[in-house]
Amino acid sequence: MATIAQTPEQRLATAAALPAAIELDGINKHFGPVHANRDIHLTVRRGTVHGIVGENGAGKSTLMSILYGFYTADSGTIRVDGKAVTITDSRHALALGIGMVHQHFMLVDNFTVIENIVLGAEDSALLGRTLSKARAQLKQLATDYGLEVDPDALIEDLSVGQQQRVEILKALYRGADILILDEPTGVLTPAEADHLFRILRKLRDEGKTIILITHKLREIMAITDEVSVMRQGAMVKTLITEQTSPGELAELMVGRRVLLRVEKGPANPGKVMLAVENLVVVDDLKVPRVKNVSFQVRAGEIVGIAGVAGNGQSELLEAISGMRDQSLGQVIINGQPVSAFGDDGAARLREAGLAHVPEDRLRMGLVTNFLEWENSILGYQNDYGQGLGLDVAKAKAEARERIAQYDIRPANTDLKSANFSGGNQQKIVLAREMERNPDVLIVGQPTRGVDIGAIEFIHNQIIKMRDAGKAILLVSVELDEIRALSDRILVLFDGQIVGEADPATADEGELGLLMAGVHDNAGSTDAARLPEHVTPVEKTLTEMSPLPNKDVQQ
Amino acid sequence: MSARVPLPRWVDVALLPLLNVVLAFLIGGIVVVMVGQNPLEAVGIMLYGAFGYGSGFGYTLYYTTDFIFAGLAVSLAYHAGLFNIGPEGQAYVAGLGVILVALALNGQPWFLTVPAMVLAGGLFGAAWAFIPGYLQAKRGSHIVITTILFNFIAVSMMGYIISKILKPANVGSDESAPIDAISRVPQLRLFWELFKNSPVNISFFLALIALAAVYWLIWHTKFGFAMRALGHNPTAARYAGISNAKVIMITMALAGALAGMVAVNNVGGVQGRLILNFVSGAGFVGVAVAFMGKGHPIGVALSALLFGALYQGGQELAFSMPGITREMIVTIQALVILFTGAMGDMLRPPLERIFRPRVSASAGDV
Repeated sequence: MATIAQTPEQRLATAAALPAAIELDGINKHFGPVHANRDIHLTVRRGTVHGIVGENGAGKSTLMSILYGFYTADSGTIRVDGKAVTITDSRHALALGIGMVHQHFMLVDNFTVIENIVLGAEDSALLGRTLSKARAQLKQLATDYGLEVDPDALIEDLSVGQQQRVEILKALYRGADILILDEPTGVLTPAEADHLFRILRKLRDEGKTIILITHKLREIMAITDEVSVMRQGAMVKTLITEQTSPGELAELMVGRRVLLRVEKGPANPGKVMLAVENLVVVDDLKVPRVKNVSFQVRAGEIVGIAGVAGNGQSELLEAISGMRDQSLGQVIINGQPVSAFGDDGAARLREAGLAHVPEDRLRMGLVTNFLEWENSILGYQNDYGQGLGLDVAKAKAEARERIAQYDIRPANTDLKSANFSGGNQQKIVLAREMERNPDVLIVGQPTRGVDIGAIEFIHNQIIKMRDAGKAILLVSVELDEIRALSDRILVLFDGQIVGEADPATADEGELGLLMAGVHDNAGSTDAARLPEHVTPVEKTLTEMSPLPNKDVQQ
Repeated sequence: MSARVPLPRWVDVALLPLLNVVLAFLIGGIVVVMVGQNPLEAVGIMLYGAFGYGSGFGYTLYYTTDFIFAGLAVSLAYHAGLFNIGPEGQAYVAGLGVILVALALNGQPWFLTVPAMVLAGGLFGAAWAFIPGYLQAKRGSHIVITTILFNFIAVSMMGYIISKILKPANVGSDESAPIDAISRVPQLRLFWELFKNSPVNISFFLALIALAAVYWLIWHTKFGFAMRALGHNPTAARYAGISNAKVIMITMALAGALAGMVAVNNVGGVQGRLILNFVSGAGFVGVAVAFMGKGHPIGVALSALLFGALYQGGQELAFSMPGITREMIVTIQALVILFTGAMGDMLRPPLERIFRPRVSASAGDV
């Protein structure tokens, strides 16, 4: 066991001499129509920290779940320490020395630390012996790796960072040699993250192998020896961390989409169709999320709202579309103020000519248990049939038309919506909202989880709507999408519009600064001011901009 | 993580419940053997008692009527995501409405009194269910808790009203004044000799109409659409501009009105007076009926018939085979509820294994 700190090259050289800790060969995994992992090859060397990066839905977590025995791969082989194995469940994975620290901790809140650690690893029905053995071992682990936690503290009394340490201890107590951490810093404060990294380095120096799943490039650069990039279920490339850069990794992560451009002519803005005046939205915890926002969208233009996720975009969209009660201010559609208050506000807004493609189609835009045709009239059900009755025949006939128009597959109005792929579900929602001929279209995350082909189609539909003279408000976490589609970009930071940019002239750096809250009237701000809840990909985006980043302690 | 494998529809709605019932009877048969009786003879008596002769069949249909209404009251609410445990109390309070209009119109022919009784029973039942609905919609009080509690309140309130207000001075037992025979809900034996002295009355046809109406309401009206949207996904319902509060309150009122029809069947059709605790558990059976019938009117009709037959056949059995006590019959009924309700999916995994290849083969032509 190597106990002296080595340079990365030394580590890799040492590791190369040993059989690889983990070798994945041709791993495939399907979930229904989704090919979550395609032909994955991966070699993780012993005694190294191996990063796995990729966007949401790239297949990282699926791959690790296969390794940990939650799923079995459809095909492919797994070798641990050079021996081919079939991992059937997590107990088996542990027996092979693989431990996992999940993104969402699997701890019993009202148990103590030590009780959680022995849970499932008790030696006998009586706990006394196990507990005293665990206590001794825990003390050893604490001194070895700097993993100090009070063994008798209740989990619910611990900070998130400490809870994570308990998860790591749990894995180590069970004899884990290979530790998988799934998005470990997502819930941590920067100080806690630094502490975690110190622990991980120590573990590595003691000979443990660590697989770190993340989408924060900063962490990859700071702690890993090697890094593998995943994109859309495939392993794109494995690189030695020292020989790569965040820029290269980002490009590999998002693939060609960086170059995404949409063909569109100049905008022809007409009269103001959507005006938002002094909008204030307060969330369920009474925290203001949108602070006095005013803007206008004209007929025939696309206004994009850019911002790091969690800066009030969702709340803004929800308030404008009648999904939220606690809002002040006014929404004016086509010159008429519309009340968005009350739990039927969405109906009044629709009547006034507003259509809404929600950010989260599964939670809001669709009833997944409904048949396709039922979802194709959701929100417009009162337009079908006279009196009480619902004109099912008419609804189905229109649903069939839309299926043809939008190429929704499978072309079956009587299929449960849950059985459609993400892209087709999104098309069901888009077709429903766009084909109503609305005056104003609000679109949130139009291409989230949608495949490349559908993205192009969706983008073209949005442009077509604009050219037909509709006022379009677009919110997306994909900055490229905002830049490609919008005629004007408004940047939202901390619930306020902090700037406006012209997509034709604004460069990524300029937008990144705005999104990070750095603008003329706010003085200088740094990335440390980013709210804690921002999702890592977006954080990465801003971190890629030329900002004085708070670096991880080396 | 393992998703439910979809079974062919007929397996899901017919074969699985049938197997559950058979299993319940097998276990029940073992119990019968254990007390030294012949289970085959017992089944024979039950079947004969429930279907074998006119009067028995009439009783079966009478109980079935109650269970259809109560089952629909639970099913309807369930489609809006509401678990209505209150048909018992809703039916009881509806009895007050039925008796009040019946006594007010006493002496009038049935074709005048019956619509009035239906209306009044519906209104009273609806009002009693509306309160929990309102509390759920506006105050977030959980409907399961409130409907259960409203059953208790109904018992106390109705006990007071019957014994202290409605009871005529010269009557010994706790009951209201009787309705004249001419004003009662006509029993079917007046038209069909077959049903001899059984209480089945034209409420049975009302129940059949209610089944069709609920089917239409759930799947062929705008309100039904809103209700189902709410039941499956409240956020999406709100997105669709469907007022959650409004749908909850209207649905509960409709469910209460359906439960109220139990009172028309009993108070108007059989007793001809309002007696203490006349619902006697029919409302609770409705919960089992709704679940066994998977909330679908056809399923509700079939499971209501099964429970009606169990009730009637069971009483016949207790009468004909003294070795089998009343408690034994309750045990068998409980086994049916246990196997079809609580353990209804026990046989699902083996069925899934049996039908899996056929499912994937037929998926292509869906």
